[in-house]
Parts: sequence; C-alpha cells; structure tokens
Amino acid sequence: MELLSSLGDGFLVALTFQNIGLALLGCLLGTIMGALPGLGPSNGVAILIPLAFTLGLDATPALILLTSVYYGAMYGGRISSILLNIPGDEPAMMTCLDGYPMARKGQAGEALALSGIASFVGAFFATWGLVFLAPQLVKVALLFGPAEYFALFVLAFATLGGISSTNQAKAAFAAALGLGLAMIGVDTQTGVPRFTFGEVHLYDGIDFLVAIVGLFALSEVFIFLEHRGTDKDSSTGPKVQIGRIIPPWSMVRSCIPTMARTSVLGFIAGVLPGAGASLGSFISYSMEKRLVDRENTFGTGDPRGVAAPETGNNAAAGGALVPMLALGVPGSGTTAVLLAVLLALNITPGPLLFTNNPDVVWGLIAALFIGNVMLLVLNIPMIGLFTRVLMVPPRILMPIVAMISFVGIYGISGSTFDLVVMILFGIGGWVLRKLDVPLVPIILGTLLGNEMEVNLRRAVTIADGDYSVLFGSPLTIGLWSIAIIGFIMPMVAGKMLKRRMQLAKKTGEDTDLVD
Amino acid sequence: MSDRIFGGIGLVLAIFFGIQATMIEVAFMSDAVGPSVFPIIVATIMGLASIYFLVKPDPAPDWPQAGRLAEIGFAVLVLFAYAQLLPVLGFVVATMFAAGYLAWRLGSKPLEAVLVGIGTSVGIYVVFRLILGLSLARGPFGF
Repeated sequence: MELLSSLGDGFLVALTFQNIGLALLGCLLGTIMGALPGLGPSNGVAILIPLAFTLGLDATPALILLTSVYYGAMYGGRISSILLNIPGDEPAMMTCLDGYPMARKGQAGEALALSGIASFVGAFFATWGLVFLAPQLVKVALLFGPAEYFALFVLAFATLGGISSTNQAKAAFAAALGLGLAMIGVDTQTGVPRFTFGEVHLYDGIDFLVAIVGLFALSEVFIFLEHRGTDKDSSTGPKVQIGRIIPPWSMVRSCIPTMARTSVLGFIAGVLPGAGASLGSFISYSMEKRLVDRENTFGTGDPRGVAAPETGNNAAAGGALVPMLALGVPGSGTTAVLLAVLLALNITPGPLLFTNNPDVVWGLIAALFIGNVMLLVLNIPMIGLFTRVLMVPPRILMPIVAMISFVGIYGISGSTFDLVVMILFGIGGWVLRKLDVPLVPIILGTLLGNEMEVNLRRAVTIADGDYSVLFGSPLTIGLWSIAIIGFIMPMVAGKMLKRRMQLAKKTGEDTDLVD
Repeated sequence: MSDRIFGGIGLVLAIFFGIQATMIEVAFMSDAVGPSVFPIIVATIMGLASIYFLVKPDPAPDWPQAGRLAEIGFAVLVLFAYAQLLPVLGFVVATMFAAGYLAWRLGSKPLEAVLVGIGTSVGIYVVFRLILGLSLARGPFGF
C-alpha cells in the first residue's frame, strides 16, 4: 500500500495547472512527431530537450513534458502507417501490415480508433507494471557497489547494440566511439585535461545534448536531402478516406484477448535491455499471428493485426522506462535520450532517485497516467486534426526541424562552437547510418562514459589496484554472464529477426532510426 | 569496400586515441587506475572492431550519386555559414536564408522556399522569443 500512497503523492505533484498543461502540450507534439515520417520519438525528444532546458523548467515539469512526447510519439506512429502505409517511426512498422489494408477497405477511421484504444491499453498496463516493478528493481540495485555498476554498464552496452544492428562489431565500434567522446575534457578525478588538444572549448567536454541533436535530428535532414525526388521520397502517397471513427463494439471485443496478451509480452520486451518498442511490436504481431490467425486473415486488414503491434509497442515503451528509472540504464534508444534529460537536469537516475527525489519519480509516473488518458481522448475524436498534419510535406517540415535544432543548442550555450560541433555530428550521423552503424550506443557512450569510468576506478581503487574485484562477487559474475550472452546471442538470432523484420516491412529504409 | 575504408579510418582513429591516452600527463596525486586506463580499453575495443570491418566487410550501402553528395555537401556548407553568421546578422535574417535554402533544395518552388524561410524564421522568433522568452542571437537590428 506504500506504493499506492507514493503514487497518490505523485498525483498531487502532477496535478498542477502547469504540469497538466505541459502534459497536454507534450501529448500533442508527441503525436504529431510520431505521425510525421522522419520524426520519431528519439529525434522528437532530442529536439525538445534543449528547449525544455533553456526554458528553465524544473526537473519534474521538464520530465513530464518530454515523457508525454515519448508516449505521444508511440501513439502517433500508427497514423501514417495506417493512412499512407509509411511507418511514422520504426515501432509502427508492423502496424502497416494490417492497418493499411483496413484503410484500403474504407475502414481507416476504425483502424485508427482501434489502434488508439490498443495503444491506451498497452501503455496503461505498462505504466502499472512500472509502478510495481521499478521499486523491486531498486531494492536489487541498492545492493550494487561500484564493481556491479561497472558490470551493469558493460551489460547495457553489450545488449543495446544487439537488436538494432545485425553486425555486433558495428555496435561495439559505436559504443567505443561514444565512450571515447565522453573522455574528452578534464578528467573528473585528477583534473588533467584529456584529448582536448589545447582547445579551451573542449575542456568541459562535448555536451551530450549537442551530440544527440546532431546525430538524431540533423542527420535526418541530410537523409531527406539525399532521397528527395527518388522513390524513397515519402511525400507522395495515395489519399485515403477516413470513414467512421468509432469502431463497432464487436470489433473491439474481438481484440480484447489479443490486447491482454500483447500488453504483457510488450512490457517484458520493453524491460529487457536493448530490445525496446520495435521488438515489442514485432514479437506481439508474430505471436498473435501464430495464436489466433486461423483463417489467414492477418495481413489483409484483420483488426487484431492492428491491435497486437500497437498494444505491444506502447507496452514496451512503458517497460523501457523501468530500467531507465530504477537502474539508470536505458532499455531503448528513446529512453537513452530521456536519460540525457535527467543528466542535463543534474539528476542521477538509479536506485537513489527513488529515495532522494520521490517527487520526481512519482510525479512522472502520475503524469504518465494522466498523459495516457489525454492521448486516448486526443486520438479518437480529434484524429482528423492529426491526419491533416500529415499533409505537411518534408520540404517544408525539415527546414523547420533543422532550425529548431539550432535554436535549442544555441539557447543552451549561445556559442557558435557548439553549433559547428552539432553540424559535424549531423554529417557523421548520416555517414554512420549509411554504413548501418547504430547510433544509440554512441549516445549511450557519451551519456554513461564518465559514470562508467568513475565506477571502474572506484572499484579498483577500493580494492588497492586489484582488477579481479570486477569479477569478485556472484552479482558481478551474473551481470558479466548476461552481458556476454546478450552480446553473442544476436549474432545468431538477431540476423534471423532482422531479416524477418525487413521482409515484413518491404518498403524503404527511411525510418531506420531505433525507437 | 565502404566498410574497408571505414575500418581503416576507424583503426587510425583508435591508434591515435590510444597513443593520445598514453600521453596523458599523470597528476602527482592519482588513484590506483589513473586517467589513461579506461581510454586505452576503449581504444582497444574500437581497434578490434575496425579490424573486423577490414577482414569481414558488409556489402556496401547505396551511396548517392556525385550530384547528391554535392547537394549534401552544400547544405553542410550553408549550415556552417549559418552558424558563423548567426551572431553577425541576427537570428531572424540568418534563419530566413538558411531555412529558405533548405526548403528550396528539398524541392520547394522558389516562391514557396522564400515563404518557408520567412515563415520559419518569424514563426520561431514569435514562439520562442516573444512568447517563451528564449534568448536568440541578436543582430545589428536587435532581432
């Protein structure tokens, strides 16, 4: 019951005029960003971080705004999947399979409403899962010492690359690149400058916000420049009639068992490190196809085929918040970006967050519940509004995205140097995406690099320079084993999975960002 | 082939990073590990991954044609110029040009590009400066 009273306190925090307004704004912006092809949750949140930061929002309101964007984007991704057969973001890819055929049959409105309900169910259950699971995980995490934390960080890197890349060497390279970037600047423990080459701007390190906005948001602009006018150009698509927007009760009822199963499955997929929402929607769809598709209607506009991936990806989105809040180790790309928010606000996530800043944690969780209800309300009656937003072509949208990225970064520091670094990250991000190098480990490296090194040095220093302390306890050995398995397994299973996902999506690789 | 070049660059980067790491001057008071060990571990991982690309490259991606590469290159140059000119010209004027250029290159007709440039710049100025009070670059005209 202690949990429920904490949650009650959270609602007191969240139910202020400002916070509700921010949640509403976040939900609206998130849905729009999710719906627009080329803007997904991770780059959407990335663009907004510097803004939330420079507006001088406190930790709780800033987090409420950005997690509402995160949840909203998970809702929004389905809109373009259903109407245009172009996933608004990667997790919404599987929704194309049955959503677009439904739209072609004149059931676009029903598909949108049903997927809205499915999203709500998934996110609602996942938020409850977060309430109950995160405090348990915190109890485990309180046993962690520096050696365990170091092993945990290794685990995060070993598994995060896993699903998003077929080539583990590329994931490892990306992680090393990110960690290397984090090393730039004055060493926190001895005060000697490292890798600064006498450039004063580099003494306080590369701001990870600059890296994130460059890699995620600006590289997208280059992708669009590259694909303009080719068949990968997503601005051309047939128009679809919306039709009725309230699905018949029988259709919703037929989907209830599907939603129940995929909520659980999606949540688990989200909690596991490195999987995230894309995997959540993929395995949800595959499992439901196996279980209930007796007449082979999946793929031809079966409502259950719309409900399954949407429930799955929203449940996974909630699940991914569990390790991020409880351990400070994100479970997916967007939660890695959310981790950046916490760090930028000088809040250290992890077990101590729950004891030191309970108002932040529980206020955030309460805001998720509120945001989720708002999203349901926004997404059913007002769906017409969002479909109109989809008509904004990239040639108008992308300049705005680019300019807002600049505004955000310039707002933080007011320095031209940071803008130049951001452009370099943008072009680097474009090249790395062409080469199929995942960007999330880079971000995670720049975020966690210093923390990881501090834990390594602390552990070894406490043990008087004995490195074997890193493998010295059962807990560390357990974490190392999971890390090794997590790194090796995708080499076998990941290829298969990726190939099936590729087959499933068939069209283009425009939205190859992770969730 | 792309992966081989990438691996080569990565290897050079890793070696450079590793050498730089060993050259970090140690402060007279240091912990048992010191500031060089972790960067050396990172450089080793990067180096090993790069060697893997050299030995076993993935199939090359579809690189855009020279024209498109130039397109991206020009966009980068414009953005660099934008970053430098922002404090000189002020936010509104600089952004008008940069946003207009991007809109034009992304397929807008010239008139539309001009409108997108003006709209983006004035729109952002109104929302972020006038409503939200964010500090944007001030030019000679005060905006």
